[in-house]
Amino acid sequence: MTAVVSAPGAPARPTVIDRIGAAHIPLAAVLLLYPAFASDFFLTQIGGYSLIFGMIGLSLMVLAGYGGMVSLAQITVAGIAGYAVAILGLNNSGVHGFGWPWWIVVPFAVLLAATASALIGWIAVRTEGIYTIMITLAIATAAFYFAQQNYTIFNGFPGFNGLRAPEFWGVNWRDPVPFYYLCLGCAALAYAAVLYCSRSTFGLTLQAIRDNPRRMRAIGYHVTAHKVFAWFLAGLIAGLAGVLLIWFNGRVSPGTINVAAAINVLVIAVIGGLKHPVGPFLGAVVVVLMQTFAIDIVGAERFNTLIGLVFLAIVFVSPDGLLGLWSRLKPHLAQQPLRSGP
Amino acid sequence: MKLHRRSLLALALATGLTAPSLALAQDDTIKIGLLATFEGPFTVLGEDGERGAMTAVEELGGTAGGKKIEIVKGSSDASPDSAVRAARKLVEQDGVKVLVGPLSGDEGIAVKDYAKTQPGVTFLNGASAAQDTTFRDPAENFFRFGTDGAQWMAGLGTYAFNDKGYKTVAVVAEDYSFPYTQVFGFMAEFCKAGGKVPSKSWVPIGNKDYSSVIAALPDDVDAIYVALGGADAVNFLTQYQQSGGSAPLVGGSITVDQTVLTSQGKTREVLIGTPAAGPTADTNDAPAWLAFTEAYKKQPNAFPSPSLFAHAYYINMKAAILGLNEVNGDVSDGGAKLREALAKLSFDTPTGKVSLDKNRNAIADIYLTEVVEGPDGNLLNKLIKVVPQVNQTLGIEEAEFKALGAVSRDNPSCE
Repeated sequence: MTAVVSAPGAPARPTVIDRIGAAHIPLAAVLLLYPAFASDFFLTQIGGYSLIFGMIGLSLMVLAGYGGMVSLAQITVAGIAGYAVAILGLNNSGVHGFGWPWWIVVPFAVLLAATASALIGWIAVRTEGIYTIMITLAIATAAFYFAQQNYTIFNGFPGFNGLRAPEFWGVNWRDPVPFYYLCLGCAALAYAAVLYCSRSTFGLTLQAIRDNPRRMRAIGYHVTAHKVFAWFLAGLIAGLAGVLLIWFNGRVSPGTINVAAAINVLVIAVIGGLKHPVGPFLGAVVVVLMQTFAIDIVGAERFNTLIGLVFLAIVFVSPDGLLGLWSRLKPHLAQQPLRSGP
Repeated sequence: MKLHRRSLLALALATGLTAPSLALAQDDTIKIGLLATFEGPFTVLGEDGERGAMTAVEELGGTAGGKKIEIVKGSSDASPDSAVRAARKLVEQDGVKVLVGPLSGDEGIAVKDYAKTQPGVTFLNGASAAQDTTFRDPAENFFRFGTDGAQWMAGLGTYAFNDKGYKTVAVVAEDYSFPYTQVFGFMAEFCKAGGKVPSKSWVPIGNKDYSSVIAALPDDVDAIYVALGGADAVNFLTQYQQSGGSAPLVGGSITVDQTVLTSQGKTREVLIGTPAAGPTADTNDAPAWLAFTEAYKKQPNAFPSPSLFAHAYYINMKAAILGLNEVNGDVSDGGAKLREALAKLSFDTPTGKVSLDKNRNAIADIYLTEVVEGPDGNLLNKLIKVVPQVNQTLGIEEAEFKALGAVSRDNPSCE
C-alpha cells in the first residue's frame, strides 16, 4: 500500500492497476468468491459479522489512526443508527415502528448517527489522549444506561426485536448470500472512501493536526473544525455498520451497545492495527473467529481466558497489531532467498 | 499487502474446508446443544444450570434413543443478542437438532423468535421464565417443561393477604421481563383477594445504590414485595436494613434462594419469616427430591441444595432425552416425530408430575415457602404447602387471562 512514487525524470502516469493497488485485486477476488466455498454459517456469522465489526473498527481507525483521537463511543454511534431504524421502520415489539420505507429510514439513520458522532466529537476534541478515551467511555456508558432505562423511546431492557432487512429487486437481503454481498459492498465502499480520504487534502491535514496541532493552528488551519468533521465521517461509517448490525441480529437492545461491546471495538482495532484501513477488518476476523470457536477448544468455563490470552499475545509480540507483525516479518522474508541460496 | 492476501486466502480455505467436516455428525451419537450463561452477571446461575442438565444426562446413562449423547455448549451473557448468536452457532455450525436453553427471561423470548426460523430444530427452554416465551405468539418448536415466573408465584398472593394479613404491599423489582412476570403472578392473586399495591419501583439489573428507591417507598404499607436476584437482593436488603426499614418482606422466586440466604450480616433478621414461592423448596422431604439432590451433589462444585436453575435445566434436559428415547433418537424427519412425542410427554420429576398445555408450556406443582432458621443456624426455605398442577393461566379462563394484557411495568395495576 505504498504510495506511488514516480522516478524523477520519468513522469509516467500511474496505470489503473497502480492506482487501485495491485494487492487489492486478489483480495477482492477471494472475498467475491468466498460464498462459493463457505457454508451459510461462515458466510453470515463469520463473514458478514466480521465485515460489520470491521467497519465499526474502521470508523475508530479513522479517528485514532489519522486523527489521534481514541474513541470508545463508536458502538454507541452504530447503536444510534440501529435504534433509529428500529423506531422509524418496522418492529415486532409493538412500540413505535412507524413503518417508514427503508430508503428513507437508512439514509436518515446514518445521517443521524453521523450528526450524533460529530456532537460527541465536538465535546471530545476539547480533550486529548486519555481524557478523550474517558469522555467517550462516559458517553458510551451513559447511552447504554439511558437506553436500558428509557421505555418511551428505547423500550428499555428488551429493546426492539423482529427487525428485518428490506426485500427489493426480488431479493431478501437477509438471506446468507445477499447479506454477505451487502456487507461486503458497504465495507468495500467504506474502505475505499477511507483510503481516498487519507490521501486527500483533508486527510493529510488531519494527519498533520494529529502530529502537531499547535503548528497547524499557527499556520492558520481550524483544528477543531477538521477534527469534528473527521468525527462526522467516522460516524457515517459506524452508522452504516449499525444498520447492517441490527439487520444481522434481527434485533437491537441495550446489550448491543454496552460497555463490553464498546471495548470489543477497541480490541478489534488494536488487534488489527491502526496504521492502515485493512487493519480493523483483519482484527475483526480474528476476534470473531476466537469468540465463536474458543468455547469448542477449552470448554465453557475458561474460554474467555483463552480469548484474552491470544489478544495479549498478539499485542505483546507486536504493539502495532497484526499489521505491525507483518511489517516486522517482511524484511526477514525478503532476505530468505539470499540466505538459502547455493 | 502480501500477508493480507495470503492470510485471507488461507483463512478462507481453512474455513471453507473445515465448515462441512465440523457439521458432520456420527451416526451413533446424537448432539444436544446446551445454552446457558457461562459469562456475565449470571455465570454462577448458568453453571448451576449446566450441573442440572448433566445430572439428567448421567441419570439416563448418557444415551438417548440408543445413541450416545454429545453435549455441545454455547455461552451467552444474559443479553438477548448474545443468546441468539450462541443459538445460531449451535444450530447452524455444530448442527444440533435439539437445543436446551437459554437461562434468562428476555433471552428466552429472543431464542423463541429465532426458533421460528429453524423449523427443523427442536428447542427446549432452560430456566428462562418470561410469560411471553410461550404464551403470546409462541413458536411451534419451542417447549418449556419448567414453569414460568407467574406460575412460580402461585399461592403467594393469597397467603400474603389471608394468612399474613398484608393489605397493602409496595413492589421493588428488577426492570426486565422475568420480574414483570413474577410481579404479575403475585398481583394476580393478591389484588383479587382485595390487596392494594400503591407503588412499584423498577431498578436496573446490577444496581448498587438503592437509597433513592428506599426513600421513595411509602411508609404506610404492610409489607414490601421484593423480586431481585443475587447481588441485587443482598444490596437492597442490606441498605434497607441500614436505613431503618422494618416492614416485613415478601419474596420473589430467586430473591430468597441460597445465594441470598447464605450472605452474612444483619439481613438475616429481616429475612426470617419471609414468605416466597417457586418451583423448588429446600426442606422438601419427598423421596424423589432427596434422590435428585444426591445425584446433583455428584456434579463438580455443586451447591448443598440444587438451585431452581439446576432444577429447570434438569427437567428440560430429561424431557429432551425421554422424547428422543420414544422416537429411538430419530430426528431425520426434521424432528416432527420428536415434537409430537414431546407434546404428549408427561413424566414424574423430583417436584411432581409435569405435562404440557397446548402452547407447549408446563403444568406442574409449585411450592409455597417461608424463610426459617434451620437447626444449625442456617436460613432455609421451609415448605409451607404445595400448590398442585398450576397452569400458565393460573387457573383463570384463558380468554379472560389474555384480556389482562401482556406483562409490563404498568400491568397489572391495583392502586
